Amino acid sequence: MPKIFYHHPGGATDVIDAVPGTSVMRAAITNGVNGIIGECGGQAMCATCHVYVREEYIGALPAMNEDEEEMLDVTSSPRHEQRSRLGCQIKVGPSLEEIAVDLPLTQVQP
Amino acid sequence: MSRIVIIGGGQAGVQLADSLRTEGYEGAIDLFAEEPHLPYQRPPLSKDFMSENDSASPLPLRADAFFGERAVEFHRGVQVTAVDPAGQTVVASDGATLAYTHLVFATGARNREIAVPGSELDGIRYLRTLDDAKALQSELGSARHVVVIGAGFIGLEFAAAARKRGLDVTVLEFGPRPMGRVLSRFMSGYFADMHTDNGIKLKLGEGIASLTGTEGKITGAVSTTGTEYPADLVVVGIGVLPNSELAEQACLETDNGIVVDACLRTSDPYIFALGDCSSYPSAHTGTRIRLESVQNATDQARSLAKTLTGKPTPYDSLPWFWSQQGTVKLQIAGIIHSDDESIVRGEPASGKFSVYCFRDGRLTGVESVNSPSEHMAARKVLEQRLPLTPELVMDADFDPKGFSRQLVFLKPNDAKNLEHSATV
Repeated sequence: MPKIFYHHPGGATDVIDAVPGTSVMRAAITNGVNGIIGECGGQAMCATCHVYVREEYIGALPAMNEDEEEMLDVTSSPRHEQRSRLGCQIKVGPSLEEIAVDLPLTQVQP
Repeated sequence: MSRIVIIGGGQAGVQLADSLRTEGYEGAIDLFAEEPHLPYQRPPLSKDFMSENDSASPLPLRADAFFGERAVEFHRGVQVTAVDPAGQTVVASDGATLAYTHLVFATGARNREIAVPGSELDGIRYLRTLDDAKALQSELGSARHVVVIGAGFIGLEFAAAARKRGLDVTVLEFGPRPMGRVLSRFMSGYFADMHTDNGIKLKLGEGIASLTGTEGKITGAVSTTGTEYPADLVVVGIGVLPNSELAEQACLETDNGIVVDACLRTSDPYIFALGDCSSYPSAHTGTRIRLESVQNATDQARSLAKTLTGKPTPYDSLPWFWSQQGTVKLQIAGIIHSDDESIVRGEPASGKFSVYCFRDGRLTGVESVNSPSEHMAARKVLEQRLPLTPELVMDADFDPKGFSRQLVFLKPNDAKNLEHSATV
């Protein structure tokens, strides 16, 4: 099963074995990983599943579509030029057997 | 020990339980949810969930472990059947009686049902719950002619999904425009054209008169003009009714929903209501409104959690909504009336544009098609009540993102009263 490493700002890490085809957002919510909200249900409408992908996995990711690109401009934690993605748009499976992400400090405006 | 009882396991109820713990509430939390499922997200049910290749597993609102970790007593599949405000107790369908210090109605809304001849036939469906969606999902596999009654968000989202699967889709709408109550005329017209271009037969000004069938199974829908449309599946999306009966029985004030004040308190000081079932005074419209949206449910929950933990917090979040119909992503910031003055920015033919709506020169809301960043900029402008004028929007150099980032050195009250004719 594909593995997802969620690194929390405080240093803790959750490791989830995800069903192939599952998004980084869905796997977090289904398994109770804090720090990802996914309020819109994965339609790139809310920017509350923002993650920072660790450098070594960036190359393995599919290209961003325009919606994701636009939503990343409005995340509540700062956007990182290379590492920021929406968790709902990254699906694990045969072409992405493993990924590690850092979770931002906030997903919603305080 | 104090005990907060929450009636309802939708977005509002679950978010409230979560936020109460975040705000430091240490008393007991009891959450009653009628449905037998782990609480799940409803928005995808009328969208992705209806596509052929969906895994048909709903997205949970929280993991199973959430309730244990947050010490929330989750009464799954249990209904609250009576409330006694004087004794501060609730009675549940499993026979239990619970005493509360505070009670919260997060009872949501239910579908309005049609009452025309033939409405008891097999093959007539509503779309709100996971069970509704699963039934529809499987029926879509064998259906050929689908009639959707009502061109609101749910009806059109479903219609677009069914059409994408190659089915013959007819939508009957009694009013003159799709989504006519909540969108500008321009946007409503854009969606009418888009769905028609995609092969959906959109019949405006036609309500449902009767449903016909053979051997108990639906075969057709007859509209108010007398036309019969073939149908082996009918989906009804004609709006919802707030679940306020239990509150009425408890003698709480109701009026198109459970009436609450700015802090979401009902006419009983120990009882609150939020989400789809609550009618609240909106700081943004200056009127009492009841909203059916994820944003309203979750933001009200975050606000109420503060109030319930000793920090009385008037709810004043900006309403926003979204809809996904086929390939078109619609995002709305603010509350729009169909007769607002509207200004189109961008090129609708490109499939990416926004409509800015004004009333008395004041921005009421912005509708965006496939432009998430413009939507987010609009939210900032509306939240901060930045003085955007029709003239500025019409200026070819207008930059929504840049405008939304401007600093306004005004006290909040000044901003509210600001003359919007002033130039920035």
